[in-house]
Amino acid sequence: MKLYLKYFEIHLKSAMQFKGSFFATMISQFLTAFTVFLGITFMFGRFNSVDGFTYEEVLLCYAIILMGFGLSQLFASGFKVFDSMIGNGQFDRILCRPRNEIFQVLSQRVDFVRLGMLFQAVVMLVYSLVTCPVDWTFTRVLTVIFMIAGGFVLFSALFLLDGSIAFFTIQGLEVMNVFTYGALEHGKYPLSIYGRKMLTFCTFVVPYALIQYYPLTYVLGRADRLWYMFLPIIACLFVVPCWIVWRIGVSRYKSTGS
Amino acid sequence: MIEVKALRKTFKVARREAGFSEAVKALFHREYEYIHALDEVSFSIGGGEMVGYIGPNGAGKSSTIKILSGILTPDSGVCTVGGRTPWKERRAHVKEIGVVFGQRSQLWWDVPVIDSFELLKEIYSIPDSVYSKNLSELTETLDLPKIIKTPARQLSLGQRMRCEIAASLLHDPKVLFLDEPTIGLDAVSKLAVRDFIKRRNQEHGTTVILTTHDMQDIEALASRIILIGKGKILLDGTLDDIRRGGEHIDETVAELYKKFDV
Repeated sequence: MKLYLKYFEIHLKSAMQFKGSFFATMISQFLTAFTVFLGITFMFGRFNSVDGFTYEEVLLCYAIILMGFGLSQLFASGFKVFDSMIGNGQFDRILCRPRNEIFQVLSQRVDFVRLGMLFQAVVMLVYSLVTCPVDWTFTRVLTVIFMIAGGFVLFSALFLLDGSIAFFTIQGLEVMNVFTYGALEHGKYPLSIYGRKMLTFCTFVVPYALIQYYPLTYVLGRADRLWYMFLPIIACLFVVPCWIVWRIGVSRYKSTGS
Repeated sequence: MIEVKALRKTFKVARREAGFSEAVKALFHREYEYIHALDEVSFSIGGGEMVGYIGPNGAGKSSTIKILSGILTPDSGVCTVGGRTPWKERRAHVKEIGVVFGQRSQLWWDVPVIDSFELLKEIYSIPDSVYSKNLSELTETLDLPKIIKTPARQLSLGQRMRCEIAASLLHDPKVLFLDEPTIGLDAVSKLAVRDFIKRRNQEHGTTVILTTHDMQDIEALASRIILIGKGKILLDGTLDDIRRGGEHIDETVAELYKKFDV
């Protein structure tokens, strides 16, 4: 942990070297998330509800997903550039150091500009927490925290999987973006609106529904099942297969160049 | 110190002819060729030795260094460094070694070199007292006091290489791997680097394995030479063994490459 803070400090120092571009990108991150927010707002100008969910409820849903996604972009973005780490030999260097490889990849990059996205998420979260007609009990608050944490872990696991693929192809596969950015995109609405099949897929294959739809229904009081609050924790098990793929990748690592 | 027995590593390389139609064809059907980067490589190196590992481009030098430093896993064969198998006990192993890749930097680009050193101190969990002792020794012998406050990207290649070497020795490794440490350096920097490596070996008994294409490096540093070509060890002996006397070291080596047809 102390070492991670040290890395964090170095990244912060590096980021501060280019202040102009740093703040410009951060603002653009905020604006990107803001346009999605506008999209939702305009849509609710025409319709009063989507599949029975009100404007405030959808905002809460989007804020939670965006928060998890933003956090994993902030801390796990090392995997997103992992193919270039293999390409330029940075991963060779990582393997020469007496620390866990995944930890080192994570600490190679802290994407501070994502703070713009997170800021948008915080604003929306606060707004929807206040305006949503929910009786905020202790377990419900805890569920929201679980959902955010579960989202963070799940998205990070997907970035890990995305990075691991680079071991086998040397370059990353854009296909994986379907599951990361795609999930953020359609995750702004409760997953049930896409129908039964989609919900099944997102429950058992890539478990988005476990961090989003089911616990959300509990928070909003639509489903009176307390155990829904623990589903985000079960979703974290998704890390295991991703980690196995990673291990296989490391043992087959070929390195590049001289 | 280092034992290598019957090491093998094969790479699968995709081949295709030039041209667009061939590129399209390669999308659906690829022909692979197997390159034996290492083919039954065996040698053993004692503690405190300085060994020059030479061979033409693509002979398998880097693959060997990468296996010894725990980056690559070989297909078969035995390899131990200080009693440990590098790819099986990677973390314990890399604590005992230092690696310098001449063509790749281990310093963080945008921050002063000293920040990189501080980070390495944490990565290797070097105790404060050991760190400050090593740091002052290294900065003095490599003449670094001024340049470690500069960001790495603003250093000249010679200055950076001195910092790279210091960075790989902060944790007192028993074995130092140098992969083309003098590549692209000017005459003064080359001499400084060679001189330092020699002193390090004599004063600390550090085992040094060095790959290079600069035969003056070998002449100045290595008492023993291992020649590799097409994945096989072709020769293992002292510089005097391969010399007929009088001629330039480059000629001696060129002669060797011709003799073994590599």
